[in-house]
Amino acid sequence: MLGYALRRVLSAIPIALIAVSVCFFILRLAPGGPFDGERALPPLVLANLRAHYSLDQPLVVQYFIYIWRLLHGDLGPSMVIEGFSVSRLIAIGFPFTLTLALTAFVIATAIGLLAGMVAAVNQNKWPDYVLVLAVMIGVIIPNFLMAALLQLWFGVHLGWFPAGGWVTGSWMHLVLPVTVLAWPHAARISRLMRGSMIEILGTNYVRTARSKGLGERLVLARHAIKPALIPVVSYLGPGLSYLLTGSLAVEQIFGLPGIGKYFVTAALNRDYGIVLGTTILYMFIILALNLIVDLVYAWLDPKVRYR
Amino acid sequence: MSNTVLTVEDLSVTFALHGSEVHAVRDMNFTLTEGEILAVVGESGSGKSQAFLSIMGLLAKNGRVTGNAMLGDVNLVGMDKVKLDAYRGKDIAMIFQDPMTSLNPSLRVRTQLSEVLVKHRGFDKEKAVLAAIEMLERVGIPEPAKRSNAFPHELSGGMRQRVMIAMALLCQPKILIADEPTTALDVTVQAQMLDLFKSLTEDFGTALVLITHDLGVVAGIADRMMVMYGGRAVEKGKVDDLFYDPKHPYTLGLLHSTPHIAHRAARLDPIQGLPPSLEHLPKGCSFNPRCAFRFERCLAERPPLAPAGEGREKACFYEGELNYEKVA
Repeated sequence: MLGYALRRVLSAIPIALIAVSVCFFILRLAPGGPFDGERALPPLVLANLRAHYSLDQPLVVQYFIYIWRLLHGDLGPSMVIEGFSVSRLIAIGFPFTLTLALTAFVIATAIGLLAGMVAAVNQNKWPDYVLVLAVMIGVIIPNFLMAALLQLWFGVHLGWFPAGGWVTGSWMHLVLPVTVLAWPHAARISRLMRGSMIEILGTNYVRTARSKGLGERLVLARHAIKPALIPVVSYLGPGLSYLLTGSLAVEQIFGLPGIGKYFVTAALNRDYGIVLGTTILYMFIILALNLIVDLVYAWLDPKVRYR
Repeated sequence: MSNTVLTVEDLSVTFALHGSEVHAVRDMNFTLTEGEILAVVGESGSGKSQAFLSIMGLLAKNGRVTGNAMLGDVNLVGMDKVKLDAYRGKDIAMIFQDPMTSLNPSLRVRTQLSEVLVKHRGFDKEKAVLAAIEMLERVGIPEPAKRSNAFPHELSGGMRQRVMIAMALLCQPKILIADEPTTALDVTVQAQMLDLFKSLTEDFGTALVLITHDLGVVAGIADRMMVMYGGRAVEKGKVDDLFYDPKHPYTLGLLHSTPHIAHRAARLDPIQGLPPSLEHLPKGCSFNPRCAFRFERCLAERPPLAPAGEGREKACFYEGELNYEKVA
């Protein structure tokens, strides 16, 4: 198991390097630059700025400078906002974004798994139909529309929760954004869990477990849930990364102080430093998530372990 | 005189399919005595597996079972699943056809064995594992302590079937139902399994029901056999009687479609035609379209299962000599 984990970590290194390179060059291929504005800067100022950020060097040299800094843990400065850097941005916005996404993730995963199991055990009965309806709503309605509907209904009409904004430490302000984020995630997980659970409940080994007189509760808990989780777990990694990126939009809609606001502005301004730094941060998170998923996978499915 | 452990009366299994009812098993009757080996023989779709799955409460959701299956003085048919769990795995255990898929791939062998003892005998986990290892040794698994730690995919097919046997016998059940236990295994392993079945059921006094289509298996170990066709028993009796003097044309056909190493025929003689669809059984005797001995009565009336000599029953109107030449 340890060797397997180590091999997976090592194999993530070239993947990370390739991803960084691709991000770097794609961003540079996009037209425009950080200093293109409505009003052109004086040529001398522009030249100085470009020299300061090494933008006057050949692209390949810039690339190696960037990699070198990255290896030293420096994600780079903002090229648009004076004195601002990626590390600053992460320090300010990331804890919030992470809290939002993780809260949604934990709630959605718990609800999704439970709902999927209940639906599978009650296949084609009313709990199953209720779930199908909830899933449809969650998957069909895009998050910006869902956000607006929830704001209107629960924020304005009923006034149960604030429609937007943020007061430090107030969980009431998180209810609507977390709901918007969590719903589609819970919907996908419950569908996966339902399908996989129904399949597992029809397997020969569940029949064997029943023939042993273990009782339906133990049959489900010990024999069915663990193998049924396999396809769900492989979705959880990408799922969390959807939530992290999805939260950027939700933060904008609800006016929450996460990374979202900065990232969107930076992308529009071609702020190479911020965009690249944030992208790389997300890339590392996704790689780490996939790694965790693989390890959990190995625990769930013993056949994977020794390969 | 040995004791009766299971009495099955008028057992019928129906499935709701495409809005209609399909009868998989009709009016099955038999008794099983302590320590005996009963072979249930028939082609695919003859209802032999469904009959026993229904007794174990393992029918698919669209299945329905009627009749009685008396284990002592309790009727297993129609029993609430929760109550049934007190008997399943303890007094009556089942082994399935495919050892590759019948063990849970995500649980260690140890867990899958010991849980039976924890549930039915109230053993604590440690004691149950020790007993499980002992049973693994009993079924001929080398290094049982080490193997008990393995996951099913780390074991060969034969080993897995041994694990299944060990699992079924942990509580020394009164009845063991083995559904095609050797079909998925190599021929060499098959013979070992049969020896194992025979010696273990003798040791524990367990009655064995062997569901199979392989007459070689039957000849090897069974005491009595029941031949099934189209969901009904068509002939019952001692194995030797049925093998040397079959009284139902279907039994005769089965015997002649089995390859025999002593007389090496150029080709096998299968029974002509196909097994009937349970949705559209022929009128009269279900076997009549494939029967070389049929006469008018067979097309109009269904022959009941009736006594035919000592300890034998058959469901056939034909009373003359069954000679094989007529079949071929």
